[in-house]
Amino acid sequence: MAIVSTAEFKNGLKIMMDNDPCTILSNEFVKPGKGQAFNRVKLRNLKTGRVLEKTFKSGETFETADVVDVEMQYLYNDGEQWHFMQPQSFEQYGAEPASVADAKQWLKEQDICIVTLWNGNPIAVTPPNFVELTITETDPGVRGDTSGGGGKPATLETGAVVRVPLFIQTGEVIKVDTRTGEYVSRVK
Amino acid sequence: MLAAIRRFFDERGVLEVETPILSHAGVTDPNLISFRTGLHRPGRANDTAPLYLQTSPEFAMKRLLAAGSGSIYQICKAFRDEEQGRRHNPEFTLLEWYRVGFGLDDLIAETDALARGLFAERRPLGPPEIFGYRELFKERLGVDPLDVDFESLDRCARSLGLPEAAELCGHDRPTWLDLLFAHSIQPQLGLDKLSFVVDFPAILPSLARNKPGSPELVERVEIYLEGIELANGFHELQDAVEQDWRFERDLQERRERGMFLPTKDSRLIAALETGLPDCSGIALGLDRLLMMLTGAQSLADVLPFPIDRA
Repeated sequence: MAIVSTAEFKNGLKIMMDNDPCTILSNEFVKPGKGQAFNRVKLRNLKTGRVLEKTFKSGETFETADVVDVEMQYLYNDGEQWHFMQPQSFEQYGAEPASVADAKQWLKEQDICIVTLWNGNPIAVTPPNFVELTITETDPGVRGDTSGGGGKPATLETGAVVRVPLFIQTGEVIKVDTRTGEYVSRVK
Repeated sequence: MLAAIRRFFDERGVLEVETPILSHAGVTDPNLISFRTGLHRPGRANDTAPLYLQTSPEFAMKRLLAAGSGSIYQICKAFRDEEQGRRHNPEFTLLEWYRVGFGLDDLIAETDALARGLFAERRPLGPPEIFGYRELFKERLGVDPLDVDFESLDRCARSLGLPEAAELCGHDRPTWLDLLFAHSIQPQLGLDKLSFVVDFPAILPSLARNKPGSPELVERVEIYLEGIELANGFHELQDAVEQDWRFERDLQERRERGMFLPTKDSRLIAALETGLPDCSGIALGLDRLLMMLTGAQSLADVLPFPIDRA
């Protein structure tokens, strides 16, 4: 892997820190006129998703991390791993529960997701921004109620629970924004 | 901005000067890196005499003062290698001025008058604040910067979310003070007014004279606005022997860090020997000032061509 110093830090660069791959979110050069130079860096740990801030002496060096984002199709879950396939090469990858994390409640078979690979292993899964899922259970609503107020919980085929308007019925397909977990519209 | 600055000094009878940007001597301060180049006599392309681009016009202006110039100011380019970021460009513009007979208080008052005049129309500044470095450190961080042991500094840094500080700073007190100050004190200074911090620890590099009665402090002032360092001023050191000793101390520090050793400015020492008048001087970064006058977030917004596009 290549070596980079704080001078080459820019947003989006992926480096290894404390044995974990991290992406740089921001980098501020801090130097008093007559003092020591530092870099105040904000990073996201790509394995845990946690954001941390750390100060380095200017010029400190790091290994770059072999991290790539690849579009893959979600295939199935065998109870232990979530399986994805790269549509061009048909190459398959199994992701551990920790890597799939919160994305699992949006994963529908055949959907195209972003899988983050570190040294060829999946470490994170990003679902599509919008998914269309069938409602498996919700309280019967009042017909003709089209007002936006109120709403009720609805369980989706993947197990996710979202708030939907009262007129939405079990068995209908809805569109959900996975970034906010909010109902967008009914799919005809 | 430049015209208003020149008017300000003209009205106060301060003479504008120009001094060379290139010098045979470099700055010894271990935290400043000079750009280096070389001089070749006509026809002697292989015979290089080292030259340095100034990191500030301080040495040359002090030689003028020692030669009897009286109060002087200069607007010039200065160069500092290995400094680049939102608030740093390796080539930048300094306003530096020296006032004969001024103590630090007079200089603070004059700097405040200049800044308030410049900001008056765009965003008026409130009355300035003045803090002693040591008191400020004690008040904001609860430790005495000159007395505290490294363990307590580590505890203090951890409580501020800097667990990595001990590894970065080791047993180097100046680095500890720089890190904690820059991280936890500076961002809160100069909110809608100028903050002046005075009486810095003598262990931090400077060309300021020692504070009478407090040899552990020097008569130095730093000015902050919106958490950004704008200027650094001294009640100037007149003692040639002390100045030479500080140059040697800086060079020793550079040797220990394995850094380049520049030629120290013997002409400045000689000028101090003939006698520098009692004076105070200050250098103010004009690019940063322009950035704050216009509300820009980065030097790149006020420089026509920042270094990467220069």
